[in-house]
Amino acid sequence: MERNIYAYVWRHSRRMQIILLVATVLTFPILYFSLELPKIIVNDAIGSFRPVAFDLPLFGTIRFDQISYLLLLSFLFLFMVVLNGGIKYYLNVAQGLLGERLLRRLRYQLYARVLRFPLPHFRKVSSGEIIPMITSEVEQIGGFMGSAFVTPIFQGGYLLTLLGFMLIQDWLLGLLAIMFYPIQAWLIPKMQYRVNMLAKERVRTVRKLADRIGETIAGVAEVHAHDTSALERTDVSDRLGVIFDIRYRIFKLKYFIKFLNNFIGQLTPFFFYSVGGYLVIEGDLSFGALVAVLAAYKDLSSPWKELLDFYQLQADSAIKYIQVIEQFDPPGLMPESQQETEDPEARLSGPIVLSNVGLVDDDGSRRLENVSVELPLDQHIAVVGDGASGKEELAMLLARLLNPTSGSLRYGDVEAADLPESVTGRRIGYVGPNAYLFSATVASNLTYALRHRPNDPAKLPDDEARVKWLEEAVRSGCSPYDLQADWIDRAAADAASDEELVRRMLDVLTLVGLDDDIYHFGLRGRIDPNSQTEIAEDMLAARAAVQARLNDDPDAAKLIERFDQDRYNTNATVAENLLFGNPVGDGFGLDRLAEHDYVAWVLKEAGLDEAFLQTGIKVAETMVELFADLPPGHEFFELFSFISSEDLPEFQAILNRVGRGGVEGLSATDRLRLISLPFKLIAARHRLGLLEEDMQRQVVAARRIFRENLPAHLQGMVEFYDPNRFASAATIQDNILFGKVAYDQPDAARRVAALIGSVLDARGLRSSVMEVGLAYHVGVAGSRLSGAQRQRLAVARALMKRPDLLILNQATSGLDGASQARLLEAILQHRSGQGLIWVLSRPQQARFFDRVLVMAHGRLSEDGDYESLNVEGKMLRDLIQSD
Amino acid sequence: MSLQEEVELLRNIPLFAKLEPSKLKLLAFTSERLTFNSGHTLFRQGEQGDAAYIIIDGEAAVEVDSPTGPLRVATLGRNDFVGEIAILCDVPRTATVTAVTNLVTLRISKDLFFRLITEFPQMAVEIMRELAHRLELTTARLRQVINDSNTGTPA
Repeated sequence: MERNIYAYVWRHSRRMQIILLVATVLTFPILYFSLELPKIIVNDAIGSFRPVAFDLPLFGTIRFDQISYLLLLSFLFLFMVVLNGGIKYYLNVAQGLLGERLLRRLRYQLYARVLRFPLPHFRKVSSGEIIPMITSEVEQIGGFMGSAFVTPIFQGGYLLTLLGFMLIQDWLLGLLAIMFYPIQAWLIPKMQYRVNMLAKERVRTVRKLADRIGETIAGVAEVHAHDTSALERTDVSDRLGVIFDIRYRIFKLKYFIKFLNNFIGQLTPFFFYSVGGYLVIEGDLSFGALVAVLAAYKDLSSPWKELLDFYQLQADSAIKYIQVIEQFDPPGLMPESQQETEDPEARLSGPIVLSNVGLVDDDGSRRLENVSVELPLDQHIAVVGDGASGKEELAMLLARLLNPTSGSLRYGDVEAADLPESVTGRRIGYVGPNAYLFSATVASNLTYALRHRPNDPAKLPDDEARVKWLEEAVRSGCSPYDLQADWIDRAAADAASDEELVRRMLDVLTLVGLDDDIYHFGLRGRIDPNSQTEIAEDMLAARAAVQARLNDDPDAAKLIERFDQDRYNTNATVAENLLFGNPVGDGFGLDRLAEHDYVAWVLKEAGLDEAFLQTGIKVAETMVELFADLPPGHEFFELFSFISSEDLPEFQAILNRVGRGGVEGLSATDRLRLISLPFKLIAARHRLGLLEEDMQRQVVAARRIFRENLPAHLQGMVEFYDPNRFASAATIQDNILFGKVAYDQPDAARRVAALIGSVLDARGLRSSVMEVGLAYHVGVAGSRLSGAQRQRLAVARALMKRPDLLILNQATSGLDGASQARLLEAILQHRSGQGLIWVLSRPQQARFFDRVLVMAHGRLSEDGDYESLNVEGKMLRDLIQSD
Repeated sequence: MSLQEEVELLRNIPLFAKLEPSKLKLLAFTSERLTFNSGHTLFRQGEQGDAAYIIIDGEAAVEVDSPTGPLRVATLGRNDFVGEIAILCDVPRTATVTAVTNLVTLRISKDLFFRLITEFPQMAVEIMRELAHRLELTTARLRQVINDSNTGTPA
């Protein structure tokens, strides 16, 4: 990137800059004329008028009397004002556009550079420092870049025009006007320089603060674990103090500069009035000229101020620019060509050959030394060694994530450095111990390894606006690809269609042992039946099959109480029974159903409102009796109580009021609180004897009233249970069951799961559920998955692209022993005949591999098959024994 | 059957007989009512125990393993309390209990029981008394047996 900001701006916006400059220069004559006009108006039209006549070729001679001449000139003046304003508007917009494009380009380039940083560099810089540079710090530079050429020319030209005009009117007044300029031009930049230095320091300090905050957030568990919050608070407090100090000094300087500018600005008119007035009185200067000069001087301060501001901005931006650029130019930056060139057909052509490879850290410590080895692409190779043996570095080197600092690394006959990422990133699958998962669905994490470029980069989007969108991106030198295009390289996953791709995903997930987890994610998942009609139909088929199974097997029948429009469901809450459907959105949220006006109306209509109030009182009495002795916050409240520990005293008070004055004296709020209690009752679970059959019948009747009278505007807020329709608001499992799991059945959860599983398997529908599980969101950095699940998913992701060489760098270290062994076996089988290099955390597993490399102190100390190395006196034997 | 009836049921269990009514109610409210189909097993001999059961309705068979196969040693019916040792200490189940008819039970989990006891020490004291009483009874019987055997009376 250009080291000089002007060079950068000129290079990327030459054409636009020239157009703008031309437009700018065009404004000067207009400006001059609009300055001249007031003088003509004052002197010729208002003062000593002489009849004016113009000879026009078409209209003949047009004569003006004084009034019409005055009007003519006035309108001409108005026109000039409008014209001037219009051109200024255009210039401003064009400048803004220019600046935004340059800013976009700069940010894009900086980010692209981050993606080319050598990996070890990330140990030295933190995201807390890099992010603000790209996001906020360059923003000001963008503003400057738009105006880098136009503003000095425009404002300078404006100033010169005004000055020229004033000098022509009266050279003395002209000189007076600019008398203090040299002082300002000398003094202000000097002070400004100090402000700029302080601003630079402020940026650095804020960057460090951001970094520090980021670090404490990442390590917040340690802060709690070691009671260091005071230390951290003080540290931040100290940094805030430094920032405070810098900012305060900046303010003092800034306002002093302002004061100076204002003072000088006000000093000049003093001379105008005194000297100019004297000249007019003496008759050396026309009155009109003085007015014009005064007007011009008023205008003069604005371009002068702009120029001074521009100078400050310029100095500041140039410094900031170079400061930022330097941060993004670390040694060993990957050449652009490695990420840009693409040859979709390229594969790894031959064995990986390392000769005398060495790797030295930036702190000078040797990680690898003199490693020479040839690794064919069809062998299964285990790499073992202790933590500091260099085995991890070797794996990363082989995946070309690190570059050797000495010796040579070749893939077939190509030198590693010459191989673009389109080959290493597609033909090699690398999974490290802390493989990262992106905050997206399981499916999108799996296809991450397949999304290198849009499938058809040349294809333009159908949408006209979208085409424009992309053109604008290219104009700013940004990525020419359409983010909304189809990016998934199905062929790389050996899939011809989306269906096959899904199958492939399920295959690799099964291979890494995630099938069961994905299946359970699927059961808990939801789908949109309109877009995923097939799955919805499958699930309805499963629902029918469950029903059939329940009909055949009386034991199973007791397990699930199905939803029935005409029957009360004793295993559901009263709220669920009343609504008889799933709430859509918050309107009929089950927790606050009683508060809904329509529900209140339904209760009244069904004659249930008093019954609910009485039941509510009894529930409250029981809760107070049962839980009053428990300390607030006891887990029983959460597990069993209808009333939280904070609300309990309040209910006690309400009950007291009922005892004194009966229910009639209750306020509306108290009534509502009591009425909402029975909504949570589950007949089969709570056994309070408050929901007898009579009441149950009434609730079923109320359910009907609710449904039949539901006003149009509330219809979309509830999805009624319908045996023949998929419920989009319910989970897959709830859709399959179409009922409630009975509370009185022992071991119900396991038995229901088995029932669903067997029904799905009998109909071959398990994969449909798993497909839903693919849409499970893994959370930020995969935080909704366990460590073991994350590692498995990362391995599955690498398998999706069917690499020529799979490198696993302790990629299963988070799994327990038995799972590790199972996964090892599955992957070895899956990769038979294909390259596999596995850095093992447990050396004894090396016996399943064709070949074993033993690393020690950065050197390759043993290389051979397991039998020949697992003998007394060999390092492998020691490693296995100490495992 | 409502909570009140369950409370009555609990009161008939010697271990709980002396507890305050409100605590019995809490115990009943926080327990689960489980229904076992005939032939289903409540728990098996040798398993780690996690709950005790009070039989509300139906019959259950108590069987122990013997060289000749399972041997029925008792039949349980309404109001019987089974598996209580499991909620007091960590020992494997000493017998297998299976529902003979459809069986309605109240399940008191060990976890819950301990939480109640830690919350209400008075409960612990009452239960301790009952256990001590039982121990005393057992010791007395043992003494009786020893005396009987010493005097040559057939046991």
